[in-house]
Order: sequence, then C-alpha cells, then structure tokens
Amino acid sequence: MFPKPIEKSSRAWQLSYQALLPLAMLLWLAPLLAVALFSIRPDADFITGNYWGWPSSFEMIKNYSMVFTSAMPRYILNSFLITIPTVIGALTLSCMTGFALGIYKFRGNLLIFFMFIAGNFVPFQILMVPVRDLTLDMGLYNTKTGLVLFHIAFQTGFCTLFMRNFIKALPFELIEAARVEGIAEWRIFWYVVLPLMKPAIAALSVLIFTFIWNDYFWAIVLTQGENSQPVTAGITSFNAQYRAMYHLMSAGSIIAALPPVLMFFLMQKHFIAGLTLGAVK
Amino acid sequence: MATTSPRNKAPAKQSWYKRNEIAITPWLFLMPAILMFTLYVVFPIFQSFQISLFKWDGLGSLNTHGKYVGLDNYEKLLTRDRSFNTSLWNNLKWLIFYLAAIPAGLCIALFLNQTVRGIRLYKSLFFFPFVISQIVVGLFFTWFYDPQYGLFNGIIGFIGFEPINVLGDPNLATYGIIAAGLWPQTAFCMILYLTGLNSVDPEQIEAARLDGAKGLKMLWFVILPQLRPATFIAFVVTVIGSLRSFDLIAIMTNGGPFGSTRVLSFYMFEKSLSEYGFKMGYGAAIAVILFLIMMVFIGYFLWKTYQDEKTTNR
Repeated sequence: MFPKPIEKSSRAWQLSYQALLPLAMLLWLAPLLAVALFSIRPDADFITGNYWGWPSSFEMIKNYSMVFTSAMPRYILNSFLITIPTVIGALTLSCMTGFALGIYKFRGNLLIFFMFIAGNFVPFQILMVPVRDLTLDMGLYNTKTGLVLFHIAFQTGFCTLFMRNFIKALPFELIEAARVEGIAEWRIFWYVVLPLMKPAIAALSVLIFTFIWNDYFWAIVLTQGENSQPVTAGITSFNAQYRAMYHLMSAGSIIAALPPVLMFFLMQKHFIAGLTLGAVK
Repeated sequence: MATTSPRNKAPAKQSWYKRNEIAITPWLFLMPAILMFTLYVVFPIFQSFQISLFKWDGLGSLNTHGKYVGLDNYEKLLTRDRSFNTSLWNNLKWLIFYLAAIPAGLCIALFLNQTVRGIRLYKSLFFFPFVISQIVVGLFFTWFYDPQYGLFNGIIGFIGFEPINVLGDPNLATYGIIAAGLWPQTAFCMILYLTGLNSVDPEQIEAARLDGAKGLKMLWFVILPQLRPATFIAFVVTVIGSLRSFDLIAIMTNGGPFGSTRVLSFYMFEKSLSEYGFKMGYGAAIAVILFLIMMVFIGYFLWKTYQDEKTTNR
C-alpha cells in the first residue's frame, strides 16, 4: 500500500492525520457548507449583513417549504420523467449492442464500436442545430419525449463502450457451451448473458441517472417553460425570480442537487464501479 | 458448431435463418441502436458541416431559405471576428488550467488512501462535488465569489486584502470559472486514482522499499507507472470536459463581462440561439472548428484503444 499505512508511523503523525482529515474536508466542502448555512438563515440576516455569524433564527422549514410551493416540484417531477425513461432506453439499447459487439466476430465490429465511442465524445454544439431542427420537424420540440429520445441516442454511445468491455470480459466458454447445446442466439442473450450483466446494469443506471439529471445544455436547446424543462433549467428561472433572496435560492439549489446525491450515497459501490470499470480496466 | 441435425422437425422453415443465425443475430441486436445513433449523432455531424457553408437564420429549410456562401463563414471567423479569438484563447486557458485537476486529484487520493476509521465516509464526501450538477456548482461559486457577502472575500478580507469582484473583472473572470470547474473535476480524478492505488501491486512496493525507495522517488518510479491507465482516462476526460465547458459559463457570467469569458461552445450557442439573432450557419462553423480540435483528442483515444484491442484480442 502506498503511501505508507498510517498505523506504521509515529503516534504524533497518526494523531495529526486524524485531525487533518475533518479539517481538509471542511475546507473542501466550504462552498457547499456556505450555501447550506444560507439556506437556513432568515431573510432578515441578509438585510442586516449577518452573512457569516450565527443565524439570528433557524428558518430551515420555512425556507424549504417556500421552495416547495414554487414551480420547483414541477421541475423536479419533469426531471424524473426525463431521466428514468432515458436510463431504461439507453440501457436496453446498449445491452443489445454490447452483446453484439462483445460476443460476435464480424467485419466492421471494431468500426461500429469506434463509431459509438467517438460519437460519445463529440462536442454537443456540433449536434445542436441539426438535432433542434429534427426535433422541431418531428413535432417534439418542447416535449419531454423529444429530449428523452435524444438522450437515449447519445448516451447509447457511452453505455455501449461500457457494456461491450464488460461482456468481452465474461468467460466465452459459457457461450460456446450454450451453442453446443443448440440454444438459439437470442436465448443465449436472454438466459446466459443478461443475468451476468446485473452489476454492469446497476453501475450504468446510477451513472446515467446522474448524467441526465445534471444535463443543462440540451434542456435549454430542446425545451422551454415549466411544462417540460428539468430542474437544472428550472433553477435558472428560479434564480431570475428570486435573485435577491439568497435564502430561498440556496434552499432551491440544494433541493435540485439532492436526488443524484442520494442516489450516489445509496448506491455508492455501483457508482464508483461504473465510473472506473468503464474507464480503468 | 451447431448445424441442422437430421432430426430437425421443420428444416424448410428454419434452415435459412438457422444456417445464418450467427451472422445475422449481431446485426439484429445492433439495428435499433445504430438507427438512433445515426439519426441523432452521426447524421447531424455531417449536417453541421453542410450548414456551416450557408448563411441561414434557421427558419424554413436550409435549401430554400439558406444562402450558400462557401467558406465565407470560416474566413470571417478566422480573420475578422475578435470574439472568436477571445473564445479560442479562453478555450486554451481552460485546457491548460483544467489539467490541474489531475495532480490535485492524485494528491487528495494519496492523502485519503489510508485505512483509518470513517475513511470511507471521507472519501465519498470528497467525491461529492462530482455528483452535483454544474449548474448548482456554478451557483455555489457565484455566491462564493460575491463581492459583498461571499465567503471568498470574507477570507481574503480576513487576511487583510481589499475585496475583489472576481466575476466582474474581465481579466479574472475566466480563471474564477475554471477554479469552480476544478472542484468537481478534481473529485473525479481523485476517485480514478483511489481505485488505481487499490490495484497497485504490493509486492513491487515492498521490493522497492527494501531497495530504499520512499516518498517522492517511490511515487515517481514505482507508483505512477502503475497508475498509467488511471492517468490516461483522467487526461482524456479532463481535456474533453474542458473543451465542453458550457454550463458554468452560462450560469456564472453568461459570457460576460464584455464577452471576456466566452469559450467556443458558449459563443456558438450565443450566435445560433440568442437574442442577437439566429445565425445558424455561422454558429455551425464555430461548432465545426470546435469539433476538429476535439477530434485530435478523440483520435488519440481511439488509437490507444485500438492498440489495446490488438494486444488483447482473443
């Protein structure tokens, strides 16, 4: 293990390490803690200039319930309605592509794989005008469906990279054995490969959930207004509405950030596996 | 290989598909994804190349309402557009300073790679900024920098400096935004390195320790070479992230003050879809240039992947 394990060093250094840890963390999360502190302050503190002192009263419930009576819940619902179908769609498609590219040898296999990887890294801006046009032509501009369809297509690139590498690492003997038994190929996919992909599916769904929840660019290119915009776009209009009311803005932004954060803490193992398995083999 | 057995009950019906099953199945599985991907990603890239040769306000179809102008958009961009120059320079600043996330992430990973009580919680709290949307990160840092009540000016005021309006100063604003971007990006690099450090070969470390290697020497000659896959991914993702930067700029300064924080991705958006009129052709030309810059790094990534494939092919 590197660096040298702390148990093997002097007592003094051990103690100072224990003290440094929370200190470093406080420093690292300072921007976040500042906002959290703002979000429980009363209005009056901002007028009297009491930004960093002890709050004159704790208004957590009042501030947060104010957020919930605004358009915020609507935006959050939209975010869920966009994110969940995207996760399902992108995972369905990429389980299939991952199977096709990971199991079969055929001409163009690597080429198609590279097309998915390259497409996944492309700058969004080069897709913006044509995709916006396409969405308008299909009559899906300013609908959640339009946004979901694009997200599914785009995320399939990243998911394919991940799934294909995962499936390629599975023992190929399993598939050969199934073929000798005369099992149809689609059944091999369904009964042999798919059950083995559960960890990959879990990891990717957490990851894609976070990516899509946090998307802002496509939300403002393809949608407008509170009927279809997700919370990332909603927070900016919230920002325009309550520009001077920092206690409400802080509460609003914390709520907007919450679902992916909860997701991360609940499924941490899968999240990190996803992040690193797709990357560091 | 499974061929049609003599006992097959319906050979006439099954045979063609059965005989070609292994050749056809992958294409059936690929079809839906390829269709969607072509429609939404591959095809639009070529369309953008085409649109960039037109003068077009996005209304009506390109062929009837657009005016073909050849390479005029590019000529104007590269020779007469000062905002384009600013954006390009800012992209370069992003590219260089954003890379600081890699060593910073490594440092934090080394700091946290211990087994004391509660370290798991610390690791996840350090990783936390990466999970938050860039919009929220942008808001956090806008307040952090606020000249009146921001924590930043609180701190430098405490040390005895005059308050600085970071985001209002054309010379500082871009750096202020990059610093905000470094927060989640460092967290990402940290987690890559933490995983990498986990799989470092302990025997090599012991052997190196017996040879008297320690500290920085050990890090440089023994640890870092083993972390190369993590560094590679951190590099590619950071570079691409820096060229994609958009959200933070949109929320923190909206390109200002005086357009000093624009980058190509933001400038393109502004030209194509903003109150200054819909200049789709011009915007597409900016996007094409950004794409070509990005292609260098995408190409590098694909080339590396290809080398790996060749060596590990079964």
